[in-house]
Amino acid sequence: MKISGYARPDGSIGFRNHIAILSSVSCANDVSLRLGRMYPNAIVLTHRQGCGQLGSDKDQAARTLAGLGKNPNIAGVLVVGMGCESITAEYLAEEISKTKKMVEYLVVLDEGGLMAVLPKGAKFLDRMLHEASQIKRVPCGLEHLTLGIKCGLTDTTSGISSNPATGIAADRVIESGGTVIFGETPEVIGAEHILAKRVASPEVGEKLYRVVNACEERVKASGMDIRGANPAPGNIAGGITTIEEKSLGAIKKGGGKTLQGVLGYGEIPEGKGLFFMDGPGRTPEALTGLSGAGAQIIIFSTGGGSPAGSLVSPVIKVTGNPRTAQRLEDHIDVDVSSITKGEDTLEKAGKRIFQELLNVAAGKATKSETLGYGMISIWNIGPHM
Amino acid sequence: MKRAIVMDPKDNVATLLSDVDKNDLVQVRTGEELTDVRIQQKIQFGHKFAMERIDKGEKVVKYGEVIGKATQDIQVGRHVHVHNVESFRGRGDLP
Repeated sequence: MKISGYARPDGSIGFRNHIAILSSVSCANDVSLRLGRMYPNAIVLTHRQGCGQLGSDKDQAARTLAGLGKNPNIAGVLVVGMGCESITAEYLAEEISKTKKMVEYLVVLDEGGLMAVLPKGAKFLDRMLHEASQIKRVPCGLEHLTLGIKCGLTDTTSGISSNPATGIAADRVIESGGTVIFGETPEVIGAEHILAKRVASPEVGEKLYRVVNACEERVKASGMDIRGANPAPGNIAGGITTIEEKSLGAIKKGGGKTLQGVLGYGEIPEGKGLFFMDGPGRTPEALTGLSGAGAQIIIFSTGGGSPAGSLVSPVIKVTGNPRTAQRLEDHIDVDVSSITKGEDTLEKAGKRIFQELLNVAAGKATKSETLGYGMISIWNIGPHM
Repeated sequence: MKRAIVMDPKDNVATLLSDVDKNDLVQVRTGEELTDVRIQQKIQFGHKFAMERIDKGEKVVKYGEVIGKATQDIQVGRHVHVHNVESFRGRGDLP
């Protein structure tokens, strides 16, 4: 099957052609936002991390930020740092430049402050936007696609229709040589034994159990019942009673192929096929982790609906809830409520989702793209110092 | 006709695909098999009801897997949700 995309110097393919302004640290966000107002065709990736983080949180944020810059949907990156942070602009620029794409960086304190940095940044952005505008789409195969999958505002229709139908589309991507990443570790609690039956090696199964147990131990250390946080109030209103019920429906979104590996949050997979990514279910963090891991397109299966998007990767919203499909038409890309109503098969609905995936890869804007809805939020476990 | 679905033959709950009122007769699909169940109270679309009597402490089963345990006796046709089911997992509140 042939699709088309923007060829990057490292051999990867983007299905969008963005220039990104990336803050290395939250203190640089204001500079990034000002540059973004000057160049509205660039995407602005601001976030709350980059400094005062301990150990694995710092590593995870650095990996995710570099991963966002490396995402093939991005043609060029301007990294903006402050100059006193732990995740430096220089480090991120060096990491991202391993892909040989256009990368520049600016450090506010080194340049002499805000007013000095703006004209320099403008020059970089101007050049990169012009360069990017001249990159043409070329034919490619689906083996270049990394599809991210997430579910959000789950209700009981998710497990019946939108998740298993999305899983069918995921299987098609893998059969065509592509890669699929799904995650949300809390939403495997109670269903890990099912996923663990189809792993590529015993090590993959052990790692899956390890990340799920670590997640459950964090809940236990809090002294709280997970219910209320996950399932969240919106899930409970939609009929989800326990985390086990939510998980058993949630794992269907990844399809039925063999699990090749368990990734850290924002970690780019090596090899093709199905991967699980450790991380939270909360939407902004989950989408950011998938974009950081290299997903060029994300399918978001939802019960109650959501406007959520990712600035880096188009997000295709799928619902099996007939009321959501009608009430939130502005946010839903594929309506599979025909399954819930008993008028359609999962296979047919899965085919429609796969077709929409091809359309979006070819350039069709998703609802969250036309609405410009998206944000970056990086998973942080420990305290900020 | 009001409808509901059972995800696996081992399940003791069904998921409603319609809003229902007390005494409504619901057509429940389990694979290809159809059965009728009389609903005992008003329940929303997407929520679950008991397909058989579930005693306090007994496991609640959906997708052929355990999703929690009953915290009180639940009669056939009654709402099964957070008020009468609790999780086995993610329980930091238990000793």
